[in-house]
Amino acid sequence: MARIVKFVLNDRARTDAVPNNILLLDYLREIVGLTGTKTGCDGGECGACTVLIDDKPVLSCLTLAASVEGHRVDTVESLGEGGHLSAVQRGFHEKLGAQCGYCTPGFIMASAGLLRKNPNPTEAEILEALGSNICRCTGYVKIIEAVQFAAGLRAQGIAP
Amino acid sequence: MNEIRPTHTIGGYVPMIDGPEKVSGRAKYTADIIQPGLLAGRIFRSPYSHGEILDVDISAALKLPGVKAIVTGADCDKTFGVLPIARSEHPLARDRVRYRGEPVAAVAAIDDATARRAVELIKLKVRELPAYYTAQSALAPDAVALHEKKPGNLERDVLFELGSTEQGFAQADLVREGTYNCAEVCQNQMEMHAAVAEYDAVRDRMTVHASTQVPYYVHLMLSQILGMEMSRIRVVKPHVGGGFGCRTETLNVELITALLARKIGGGVRTVITREETFITHRGRPETDIKLKIGLRKDGRITAVECECYQRGGAHSGYGVVTILYAGSMLYAIYDLHNVKYLGKRVLTNTPPCGAFRGHGTVDIRFAFESLLDQMAAEMGLDPFAVRRANFLSAPTFTDNDLMVNSYGLPECVDWVEQASGWKKRKGKMPKGKGLGMACSHYISGASKPVNWTGEPHATVKIKLDFDGSVVVLSGAAEIGQGSSTILVQSVAEVLGLDLSRIRIVTGDSDVVPKDNGSYSSRVTFMVGNAAIDAAQNLKRVLVNAAARKLEAKPEDIECLGELYRAGAQDKGATFDEVVTEALKDTGTITVTGNYSTIPESHGGKKYRGSAIGGTMGYSYSAQVVEVTVDEDTGVVTVDKVWVAHDCGKALNRLTVEGQVQGSVWMGMGQAMSEEAAYHEGLMLTANMLDYRVPTIQDSPPIECHIVESNDPHGPFGAKEAGEGSLAAFLPALTNAIANAIGVRFNDLPVTPDRVFEAIEKRRRSSAKKTNGGA
Repeated sequence: MARIVKFVLNDRARTDAVPNNILLLDYLREIVGLTGTKTGCDGGECGACTVLIDDKPVLSCLTLAASVEGHRVDTVESLGEGGHLSAVQRGFHEKLGAQCGYCTPGFIMASAGLLRKNPNPTEAEILEALGSNICRCTGYVKIIEAVQFAAGLRAQGIAP
Repeated sequence: MNEIRPTHTIGGYVPMIDGPEKVSGRAKYTADIIQPGLLAGRIFRSPYSHGEILDVDISAALKLPGVKAIVTGADCDKTFGVLPIARSEHPLARDRVRYRGEPVAAVAAIDDATARRAVELIKLKVRELPAYYTAQSALAPDAVALHEKKPGNLERDVLFELGSTEQGFAQADLVREGTYNCAEVCQNQMEMHAAVAEYDAVRDRMTVHASTQVPYYVHLMLSQILGMEMSRIRVVKPHVGGGFGCRTETLNVELITALLARKIGGGVRTVITREETFITHRGRPETDIKLKIGLRKDGRITAVECECYQRGGAHSGYGVVTILYAGSMLYAIYDLHNVKYLGKRVLTNTPPCGAFRGHGTVDIRFAFESLLDQMAAEMGLDPFAVRRANFLSAPTFTDNDLMVNSYGLPECVDWVEQASGWKKRKGKMPKGKGLGMACSHYISGASKPVNWTGEPHATVKIKLDFDGSVVVLSGAAEIGQGSSTILVQSVAEVLGLDLSRIRIVTGDSDVVPKDNGSYSSRVTFMVGNAAIDAAQNLKRVLVNAAARKLEAKPEDIECLGELYRAGAQDKGATFDEVVTEALKDTGTITVTGNYSTIPESHGGKKYRGSAIGGTMGYSYSAQVVEVTVDEDTGVVTVDKVWVAHDCGKALNRLTVEGQVQGSVWMGMGQAMSEEAAYHEGLMLTANMLDYRVPTIQDSPPIECHIVESNDPHGPFGAKEAGEGSLAAFLPALTNAIANAIGVRFNDLPVTPDRVFEAIEKRRRSSAKKTNGGA
């Protein structure tokens, strides 16, 4: 069974026939072809699939695609303007918040969600916001620096 | 006259050159190859730990609409394995299954849901055999052999004695013995294993995209398993989401996917689950260690005796090498004589173990640094003083013929002592708080590659064409460690060019030179040196062209990167002009650079397998860990880690820091929470909730200091940075806990349950003081 779902994906309005039982993660990757969002576990364990729904970080592997009717969904591909990296992306690139890069889209979307709500987070608030994302490369030290750097760039109006 | 100067990035903080792809979602990993027409692959796995296969019934599954092909052990009688001497594994079990989760059959279907349904319809009938889940039970005299060629389930035993331990212990003022158990741990890299295989039946050619650390091994094993000439195979490595050793070996996933693709005459994409990724395994084996050290009053170690048992799992894999590393790498960190090592690698009915970051060295280092700390405390010696009393003086060769040319351990030790405020704070901290220290080391690539062919250890090509872009071609596998960035930096440095002029192409066997792969921290050292050689060869071509154009002698040409000139007064020729001149001779320029290790680095011949441990340069690490132990709950909090790592020369300080922090943190996972637990061979922890990886909230600040000992053979003086700092964390942690609460933990991981239990036990036995740290 499928249903017609109207929603906004990365600033673009879509009206798609969506199978009732498909996960948002699989819909984004396998049907739309936005493979930036990653599958890292068998469900709800690692945070690699984090996307924003109405600016709030959500695990797309625990969300049915059909449930986004009327909502706004942003994936990592939505970030940046005019081909340039967003502040959070710059943070993860320039401060080495990404090594293998596989968990990175999830971390970036969780961080973007945090900074949209709280432009100047404390370290404790960063840890809390990223507490359900697993990274196996960095030891997280440079991820914290990346988010702090991104908050600084945004505050100075250097990058969106 | 002008501002043009050669560009330098070596030694700087340089973001990774493939970072923009990773942060934008454009980086394609194997599972991201989603093309119309690719079938979905799924694997049927044995629910039995050990059994003789009587029947694999695929008839019902074959009838399911949408199923295109099924392969079983009957489709392939060849074996594979990373070591040429131990290729005992079938991609799909034949005759026998040896662990729960071993692949038995695989399905290619029109979609994943159909493939999953088909797998459920496959039936396996076996005659069950006794199964062994511990090294000890598998070694029992009456145990059934897992493999006919390995009687007694002994994959490999190692025994050597260099010097005389009897005499050594006689010279000691204190001799102590300890037993240690380290749980099995998994790499658990973020990307689950995946492969895409496309078979071109018209041309009889196979293309495989695989999430691997060594495309060359995949190439070799595909040829072996498929019975196809290597020239008909193409292996592509897309972006890889980490590996930490489990992807050094060719995995059954890529081989099975290729078997399916050939059977259907088309393309198959297999992405296995996280649970299956855990079961595919190749992690660090459960290790039992008995260690005895003799120590003199002045802190000198007089003798070492070590017994090591590794529960290797159901197949050989890297086993022989792992058990050899555990013995050989007792050396090359301290000045040791009179050492006896007995190692046994055992075959058991659990998923096969492999090479995990710090391969073979980590658990032994944990035992060694723990016992040393305990003995120092007993003798009233400072743990730093004990290490200092046993430093090597480089250059030297160890008793087992390992070549040590650069040795920055003294500086590492000095820095962590200073930075942590050890002298002022140790022993004066509030209740429940403590400090611990330890050291570790690692090789910069095994000097002798596993597949010895007589070729140089590494080869890099550079192409330069009319557009003036310098294209580096390398088979080195970028898996997130930053190898591509280091190679580009190295080439740019020699040519004095900005990084923006250099491109790198890796990971496609049709295009790039063969490489031995990303394992044992070899890439920076071996491939880095080859890249420098290639760049120097290219520079020579350009200098000659510039000399011709400027009507000067080559030896008078000065290379400023974007400008070549004959002396300071010369206007010179731009890089583009020099390229145009150079192309007149040959058209497109390609140069080759090579690197070969020197025979002195190949280890000795004092015992069988003593080449294992030989390298061109050892990295060194020292750590201090600060903990707080909550005696009411048993929860240990790591408040801070100070780590100093001797990487010879930091070619890129940003990525060195990232590697060192990542190593320390991965050591923390093993020390505190990670454990592959089984119930009768069934992995109970095959998900990321039960296999407890530290989260960002569990993880401490890690202050990192880089020590540069400038290795005489290293590329610009560099050695490895990505593994050597893992091992020291484990003993530094337990040493800190001993310092904090007076209880020493010899079994890992040190979970809150274990800590709580130990504290309770101590309370019950009340007044009696335990033999802990300082």
